[in-house]
Parts: sequence; C-alpha cells; structure tokens
Amino acid sequence: MAGSMDSGTIAVIDYGMGNLRSVSKALEHVAGGKPVIVTSDPAVVAAAERVVFPGQGAMPDCMAELDARGLRAAVLQAAREKPFLGICVGEQMLFQHSDEGDVPALGIFPGNVVRFPDDRMALPSGERLKVPHMGWNEVRQTPHALWNGITDGARFYFVHSYFVQPADPALVKGTCDYGVPFTCAVGRDNIFAVQFHPEKSARDGLQLLKNFVEWHP
Amino acid sequence: MLAKRIIPCLDVTAGRVVKGTNFVDLRDAGDPIEIARRYDEQGADEVTFLDITASSDQRDIILHIVEACAEQVFIPLTVGGGVRKVEDVRRLLNAGADKVSMNTAAVQNPDLVFDASSKVGSQCIVVAIDAKQVAQGRWHVFTHGGRNDTGLDAIEWAKRVESLGAGEILLTSMDRDGTKNGFDLALTRGVSDAVGIPVIASGGVGNLQHLADGVSEGRADAVLAASIFHFGEYTVRQAKEYMAARGIEVRL
Repeated sequence: MAGSMDSGTIAVIDYGMGNLRSVSKALEHVAGGKPVIVTSDPAVVAAAERVVFPGQGAMPDCMAELDARGLRAAVLQAAREKPFLGICVGEQMLFQHSDEGDVPALGIFPGNVVRFPDDRMALPSGERLKVPHMGWNEVRQTPHALWNGITDGARFYFVHSYFVQPADPALVKGTCDYGVPFTCAVGRDNIFAVQFHPEKSARDGLQLLKNFVEWHP
Repeated sequence: MLAKRIIPCLDVTAGRVVKGTNFVDLRDAGDPIEIARRYDEQGADEVTFLDITASSDQRDIILHIVEACAEQVFIPLTVGGGVRKVEDVRRLLNAGADKVSMNTAAVQNPDLVFDASSKVGSQCIVVAIDAKQVAQGRWHVFTHGGRNDTGLDAIEWAKRVESLGAGEILLTSMDRDGTKNGFDLALTRGVSDAVGIPVIASGGVGNLQHLADGVSEGRADAVLAASIFHFGEYTVRQAKEYMAARGIEVRL
C-alpha cells in the first residue's frame, strides 16, 4: 500500500454524518481497481487523487461535524486542486448559506440553499406534492463530461427538502422540476456536484460515478 | 416529473425470503440478494427488506444481508422489523440501508421517531402503520401483526409521526394484506391527503390494476407488493408498462 496514495486513490470524506458504505461500494464497482478510502483524516484527503464529498442529514449538523473533525481546510483545498464530486448535502455545503438552520456554508460557490416553497407544492389536479422530494426524477443536462453516456432527461434518485440556488447561472449543469424548476447539478473547473444520489441511481448513477473516476478536468 | 415508485417487498427470516398469508404457511421464495438483484434489473425503484425473524439471536443475520446487498444493488434499500432503539437504526444504516422502518416501537415510544429522525435525518426514517377498519371511514392502528388494537386513529397517527420527524409512511391495510383483493383505497387516500410526506401503499395487491389504483385513486406516492413479483406472476417491468399505459408517471 505504501506509495498508493498518489496512484489513483479516491477519498470519500467521512465527517460522521451517516452511512458512506453505499457511496464507497458504488465507487468501487466502477473504479477499475483504484483504491476507494472512506476517511476523516485530512492527510489522506490531501494525498488522494480525487475526492468525493457526500452528505446527508441536516445541514447545521453537517457543518458542525465537518469543523469538529478539522476537515474544513482539507475540503476547501481539495475543491481548489483536484477532481471533486459533491453529493446531496455535500453539494449544498459548497454554497454560501443555507436556510436549513440558517447557517453559513463553505462559500465556494455564490448562492444559497432554500426549501421547496410550501405554496407551490401542488399539481394543477390539486394533488399535493410531498416534501421531501423522494424518488426518481428527470434531469435536464447542460453539457459536461460527467454526463457522458447518460441520456438527457434520464432519471436519478432524489431525497431532499432543500436545493441550491446558484447566483451564477454558469454554474448550472443540470436542472429538475418539482413544483418549481430547480438546479440539481452544478460545476466549475475541477468541481462537479449533484443533489441526487448517483450511488442509488442504478445504471445511470454508476455511469456518472465512472465518468467522475475517469475525469481529467 | 417525479415518478411513482414500485417497491417489491421481501420478508426475510433466517437468511431467506419467505411469503405467507397472515404469518402462517410460509413459502420459501429464495435468496434475498439474488432476488433484490433481479428486481433491480427489472427496474424496481427501491427494495424493502422486512425482517420477520422472531428470535433476537438471529437479528444480526439481516445486517449481513444488508451489507451484501449494498455491495451489489445500487437502488435505495429500506429495512424494517425489530427496530426498537436509535442504535438499531444506526446499525442498519451503517450496514448499507438507506431508510429504516419502525412500527410497534414507534407506537410504544413515539419519542423514538423524534430521536431517530433528529439523529440521522427524516429522510432515513419510515414509520410503518398497520391499519384495520373499525367503522365506515375509520381505521385503527394495530400492532403485533394485526392482533393488538392500539385504539389510535390511523390518520391522526400518521399526522403525529409526520410532526415527530418521519420522512415517509408505509401504510398497510391489515384487512387486505394477503387477500389479493387490492389496496384499501379509502384508507390510502385518507392518509395520503392528510400528510405532506410520501405514503407507500401496501397490502392486498393481486394484479397490476391494483397497483395503478393505489396511485390514481389512493393517491399513494409509491406502491409496495410482494407475492405478485416473487412467484413470477408479473415482473416489475410489466407493472411499470401497465401503469405508464394508464398515464401514470413511472421510471421505465
């Protein structure tokens, strides 16, 4: 294993917010033998070739745990210099502020995280749209290497009550619709981040993860 | 548009999938991982494992099944049965479950719903409600496989668990479960219209029309079935094609 840290390691950042097994197993499935390491060690994150930043649960807890484990600096550095994939709350945390718990986030991207608006959560038929937005929804793509081999409009698995509103439209790499249109994928340079769960999105989700593993931004 | 979900349910005991009627006459339906993988290939939107193990010394078997499943099946996995403490929830999530379902323990200790959802997030917490009709338009929550009437009104209980932090409700009609006569649509619609979280309809599916009715008339966000899929009567894909032909949004 010595020396393997600079030879293709994929670090999945663990800050204690739930199960990362699905993410790491899905990555292993497509990584072609590259090591996948679930870690809360900033040194391992710094040495990795690429970094996956998942997240689940409530945003204030995620931010608190990230700081409690001394991982903020490692995340910020990885987001500056290597292929970086944010998932779910790991996408939301890249922005400036979240309405969930009214907390500041990492501020890598301009914009905020907001909740599905209660007054729009109904279909014309009168049927109520439930929150969390849970299940498989269609994603409209903006061209990006991570969509390679995935049909525009393909469905991915979502489970969330909040979503990002980027202040810069150039960040938007995918959109979805649930009561309101919303951004579900963002990217810039070496960073790509999604609101849905590629690790739970069957074949298309695995394809996106494979694209990330092979991505050279 | 968000697709309505079709969820095959696997009753698991001693490491095998079984299916019976009213908890008797269990028939062996196979290896849980193999079956989950087959459903994934057919386009299932999620898979639910229900651990119906009676003895506590076999409880850990389900953890190994969940672990193995998470390595091979890349769709959401819900696990229920025997969940009594936040620690049980954590262990199942750490093994690879995406959601954990609680039933009797939530009735006996509603704080469990609040504590668990506070710790791991509402999106991971499913409350299973077993309901039985007690009068026209009225259903009570039952526990212990339908033997024990808690006296709780099913619709009021659904609203309560939503306020405690449940992220989803798995609603089973005890009157219909195992009958193949279709969902209790009045119950399903009553609960689904009363809460702002997704509702999974369960109990009574005997054909594809029943699944479609659960969504269009019952207004369920997802439909769950076991035996019609296990014994090869229908594939999940056939169910989806049937629903799509009736104008229901599904993932094909």
